[in-house]
Amino acid sequence: MTSSGPTLQVENLQTHFFTKAGIAEAVNGTSFSVNSGQVMGLVGESGSGKSVTGFSLIGLVDEPGRIVGGSIKFNGEELIGASEERMRDLRGNKIAMIFQDPMMTLNPVLRIDTQMIETILAHEKVDKETARQRCRDALGQVGISAAEERMKAYPHQFSGGMRQRVAIAIALLNKPDLIICDEPTTALDVTIQGQILYEAQKLCRETGTSLIWITHDLAVVAGLADKICVMYAGQIVESGTIDDVLDHPIHPYTKGLLGSVPTHGNKGRRLIQIPGMAPSLLNLPKGCSFQDRCPRVDEACTEQPPQTTPVEGRDIRCFHPYLEAGQ
Amino acid sequence: MSTMFETRNLSKKFVKTLDTAAKIAQRFGADIREEVVHAVDGVNLTIKRGEVVGLVGESGCGKSTFGRMVAGILPPTSGQMFYRGQDVTELDKETVLESMLQVQMIFQDPFASLNPRMRVEEIISEAPVVHGLIKPSERASYAEEVMLRVGLDPDYRKRYPHQFSGGQRQRIGIARALAVNPDFLVCDEAIAALDVSIQAQVINLFMDLRKDLDLTYLFISHDLSVVEHISDRVVIMYLGRVVEIASTADIFDSPNHPYTTALLNEVPTLDSRGIDYHPISGEIPSPLDPPPGCHFHPRCPHASERCQIEAPELIEISPDRFSACHLNTSE
Repeated sequence: MTSSGPTLQVENLQTHFFTKAGIAEAVNGTSFSVNSGQVMGLVGESGSGKSVTGFSLIGLVDEPGRIVGGSIKFNGEELIGASEERMRDLRGNKIAMIFQDPMMTLNPVLRIDTQMIETILAHEKVDKETARQRCRDALGQVGISAAEERMKAYPHQFSGGMRQRVAIAIALLNKPDLIICDEPTTALDVTIQGQILYEAQKLCRETGTSLIWITHDLAVVAGLADKICVMYAGQIVESGTIDDVLDHPIHPYTKGLLGSVPTHGNKGRRLIQIPGMAPSLLNLPKGCSFQDRCPRVDEACTEQPPQTTPVEGRDIRCFHPYLEAGQ
Repeated sequence: MSTMFETRNLSKKFVKTLDTAAKIAQRFGADIREEVVHAVDGVNLTIKRGEVVGLVGESGCGKSTFGRMVAGILPPTSGQMFYRGQDVTELDKETVLESMLQVQMIFQDPFASLNPRMRVEEIISEAPVVHGLIKPSERASYAEEVMLRVGLDPDYRKRYPHQFSGGQRQRIGIARALAVNPDFLVCDEAIAALDVSIQAQVINLFMDLRKDLDLTYLFISHDLSVVEHISDRVVIMYLGRVVEIASTADIFDSPNHPYTTALLNEVPTLDSRGIDYHPISGEIPSPLDPPPGCHFHPRCPHASERCQIEAPELIEISPDRFSACHLNTSE
């Protein structure tokens, strides 16, 4: 790894989808950075562009999507415009990704050991026995006992939680600097989710790997992440440390989102709901994309989209944030 | 409060019978047996009028099967169900349909539970017309009335389900259930498929409807925070059996059963920052081959020998509080 500097620095990333119905600006100017050993939560509802952001980082945006602008610096190296060869070199090696559905990630007709050894040999020239030993270690690291036995099994012989552990083990194989986790616990039960979160936390503390944890569940990020970015309609509307953002949200969307979550404190009371629904990406309003659902909207919001501004130790996109003084 | 719904020893088994080839193989000594899943294993539950009962459990615990039996969609294998004091398991099929019309169900997936070829107006008014609650000529006005109640614009009544968003579709599903004037709603993961901000809208709608229409709910969910928010009482299930029943406050403030405790510890909340996770080990065992004795003993930190042999009974440990754990009866 290069000296200081963040592991990942994203500036003004723009990924658009050129569909027949028009241009969908799925990611429209997101900027964030992740330091070594840091966990960043990327939170948003369906269609907010959080997964597309993840795919853009690792160079997996499919047609009709295209990264049209911005910069992604990984350990100081610019990834936008990097050759496909270089991206292949990084993917699964220095940057790994874990997906929501482990049944889709693992090849159903190959044994676990085949898939794991393949991952190592694709990036390094080692003999098979060394590779095998590393696979055993990785499986042990994610809490799979009897690794030698389990390696000979096919994905369908594992339960959902175990499959996700295998997917994490594969991501770990080449000791990546950054792992992008796209809703890895959404399909799992609560007790199994707890186990996966435990593994993720252990991993960051022990190896200094950075994590980007993409999810719609604010509560999951609350326990795990150091910083949080809230996305809405392709843009990060509020980002800051987890305590700042969750305790004192200042963007109306973040505030609404937090009010929507049932907690111990608001039991039985009416939840603060955000009226309406997220706008179609094909047909975003002029000005702020949250204007139709926002309680603080005025004329300024309908004319110009707000730019990212630093306020009270965080970055927000809003003309009328809930500031400490004027609440 | 009078009793709205009661189940006594309600069970459901799913049996995968052997086909001819398997029977022949078995005769030649192959190790093939009928596979039996005890999806629901002897559940006793009383739901009072006007109450919201939350039913919580992880996948495969039988909560949906139980809900389907209560809603009358799935016939039980054994046991009895009483709706307003009447034993509905003894009635013939047609009388059951008639008498249980006021028990309605709302499903998880608003994309799969609505007929894509029917207009909203038809979806909502079909059941009331069939059951003679309204005349066919009143369809349009009746649909409009119900749509207003669930917060849908009546101008959309000629549209098809695919023209609506997820949250709106769930409202259509709720409107369809409300159209026959139910007094008891079974909601099976009714908000699980929705986005957070839309979830809040639907939860608020459920609470408004409860107040306006005096409804009783069986609210099935895996999401403990949602259940805590809207329920009066909570039932926790594990592998087909009820492990704990108590008022919402009791469950969340002082859980009795080790499984409930574990479940509550695992639930991520907004207030728990930078916590150290200490998950319970192990996986949910296959319902095809549940462990003997207490189903939870392989994962339980307090398991003793007795737990491996004897299944604990669900007993009343304090007024209106039930738990199935040997820890309550030992010593």
